Amino acid sequence: MWKSAEALIVAAALAGTFAAASVSAVADPASAKGEATKAGAQAKGEKAPDKDKARQAVNVPAVVRPGVPPAKAIALGRPALPEEIAAWNIDVRADGEGLPAGKGSVKQGEELFLQSCAVCHGEFGEGAGRWPVLAGGRGTLKSDRPEKTIGSFWPYASTVFDYVHRAMPFGNNQSLTPDETYAIVAYLLNLNDLVPEDFVLSKENFPKVSLPNEATFYDDDRETTEKSFWKAAPCMKDCSGEVHVTARAQILNVTPDADPPKGNLE
Amino acid sequence: MPDNTVPRTGHSAGNGAAPALSRRRFLSVAGQGAVVSAGVAAAATGPLLAAPAAAGPDPNIVPVPNWSKALGAGVNVNPYGKPSKFEKDVVRREVTWLTASSESSVSFTPLYALDGTITPNGLCFVRHHGGEAEIDPDKYRFMVHGLVDRELVFTLEDIKRMPGRVNRAYFLECAANSGMEWRGAQLNGCQFTHGMIHNVYYTGVPLRAFLDVAGVKPKGKWVLAEGADAAVMTRSIPIEKALDDCLVAFAMNGEALRPEQGYPVRLVVPGWEGNMWVKWLRRIKVGDQPWQQREETSKYTDLLADGRSRRFTFIMDAKSVVTSPSPQAPLKQKGPTVLTGIAWSGRGAIRRVDVSLDGGRNWTTARIEGPNTPMSMTRFYLDFDWGGEELMVQSRAMDDTGYVQPTKQELRAIRGTNSIYHNNGIQTWLVRSNGETENVEVG
Repeated sequence: MWKSAEALIVAAALAGTFAAASVSAVADPASAKGEATKAGAQAKGEKAPDKDKARQAVNVPAVVRPGVPPAKAIALGRPALPEEIAAWNIDVRADGEGLPAGKGSVKQGEELFLQSCAVCHGEFGEGAGRWPVLAGGRGTLKSDRPEKTIGSFWPYASTVFDYVHRAMPFGNNQSLTPDETYAIVAYLLNLNDLVPEDFVLSKENFPKVSLPNEATFYDDDRETTEKSFWKAAPCMKDCSGEVHVTARAQILNVTPDADPPKGNLE
Repeated sequence: MPDNTVPRTGHSAGNGAAPALSRRRFLSVAGQGAVVSAGVAAAATGPLLAAPAAAGPDPNIVPVPNWSKALGAGVNVNPYGKPSKFEKDVVRREVTWLTASSESSVSFTPLYALDGTITPNGLCFVRHHGGEAEIDPDKYRFMVHGLVDRELVFTLEDIKRMPGRVNRAYFLECAANSGMEWRGAQLNGCQFTHGMIHNVYYTGVPLRAFLDVAGVKPKGKWVLAEGADAAVMTRSIPIEKALDDCLVAFAMNGEALRPEQGYPVRLVVPGWEGNMWVKWLRRIKVGDQPWQQREETSKYTDLLADGRSRRFTFIMDAKSVVTSPSPQAPLKQKGPTVLTGIAWSGRGAIRRVDVSLDGGRNWTTARIEGPNTPMSMTRFYLDFDWGGEELMVQSRAMDDTGYVQPTKQELRAIRGTNSIYHNNGIQTWLVRSNGETENVEVG
């Protein structure tokens, strides 16, 4: 749809004149921390970038170096510092990428869970009120009342780590250390009968943990399995026999009181 | 008469099969007298009021009304403006039993009371997972990093200075819209059955601009979008979509984003499920595979009857609903009636909308009026004459890929009833002879 990438491409020379005057203030921290950039990247196990890479961002007079394509756009944005990236780069992927160093036991996790999590999720992950159930539910996915827990439904344990670390405990978010997060995940795995009571979860053994329902997920296939929904000329006349009401919302009577105006014709 | 006006026969005695909107018919209906009670007079059309001489002069006309005698409010009594106090019921509403807390909940757009194709900003449905973040625009930062040549941070001012700013109207529908209806008719009111949708004009910068500036490495196949709220919402998005039409948006319908819609910046992912439109957007990370985050594993995957689950079901299929008549907007009078509703498709533009008044046996193509652009809400009308007979009202949308909105039965035959998301089945409203309207299913 949007095809104006070219519009952003500004000659490097133009970008240079532009940036020299206007961006030095924001670009400076990057220059000052050039070494930190390199050290941070190395600590993360990534390929060490060109020493000047951080400085060679789009808003800096372009000195095109081999291997790095020239900046396509103009004096906007500034290099992200490694500590800034580290502060936000909290995602954990299914293959374990992003897991921090650390470990935690089922036993430690039980204590933490009772303190911080049980009020909503129940002592054994059974759920309280309308809050999510976290354990049990195995074998229910084909039933009329599927219970979608970590053990019965979630495909990857990494998701538990990621989500607990980023968004829990509800109302005191991002307060858990990596060790505490490992411990809580260990306890949740134990509640789902996936690891024994003496288990200690760590960055090292995390990849060995797999969840039982992983294999049942498959990518969207609506365009083949639902191809009958694409039809040139849907029926317009006498499309069915007599039509009757088969279900009524009125019977459930669960609609919140919205003071709906009543029909007043008769 | 326009082609799409349906002449209805079998009306109450005396009307015969008169042309739908003729003056004779107006007078005939009005002549029944009882129809024009004081209660409905305000809503009645001119001819209806003009006919019954016995009723005497309308008290809303003959004495000079107060609003014509006394001075009204000054120009700046409401510096931002607000709706008429007589529209005070037109608000977002919650279904409190749906969720455990209001910080992780949803409120619904009052579709039954709206018209046109644009949703007023204050009525756009709200779905939060960790409450509404309040972000100082001066402290807002947006980061692009990961598999890119240059990892960058932008301020809000930087975003507003980016070349290539665009304005685009798009619908935003929660994947769970109509999700409570999988097993049967449950809620009375299109506000609740279909109100997790809105349609606004976004102003923003194509996400592609930022990715081009950062320089996506050849291995970059997915991006992770992340919000800055307490849920720190994340979704994985294929790079093709990120480079195609996604927007980093800062305005809606001409004003800054509303706080509940992600102020100061949200992601716009046209045609795809609302959960991906990350609010309070703080970060785009480029990677070589999806992240399998909470919102794309435990949620927003579609459990089918055989126990398997579809994942990455991003596109919202073609769908429509009649917004009036509907349970919160019952029919009030016999005679000329304007049926209206909305249609949309995440696959493209709406090509056609058909309406049935008899539960899907016979269909009439409705009149599409107003802007009708891809992945944006389309408004349709059917002008017809109602004689007080029971109606089973349905609408059926078709998009420009040839996709036809399925019946609920067709959908359930393929997916079962254990899914929560992507219920785009045809809705039925039962209009009773007194005009009251109810959510039903038919077969």
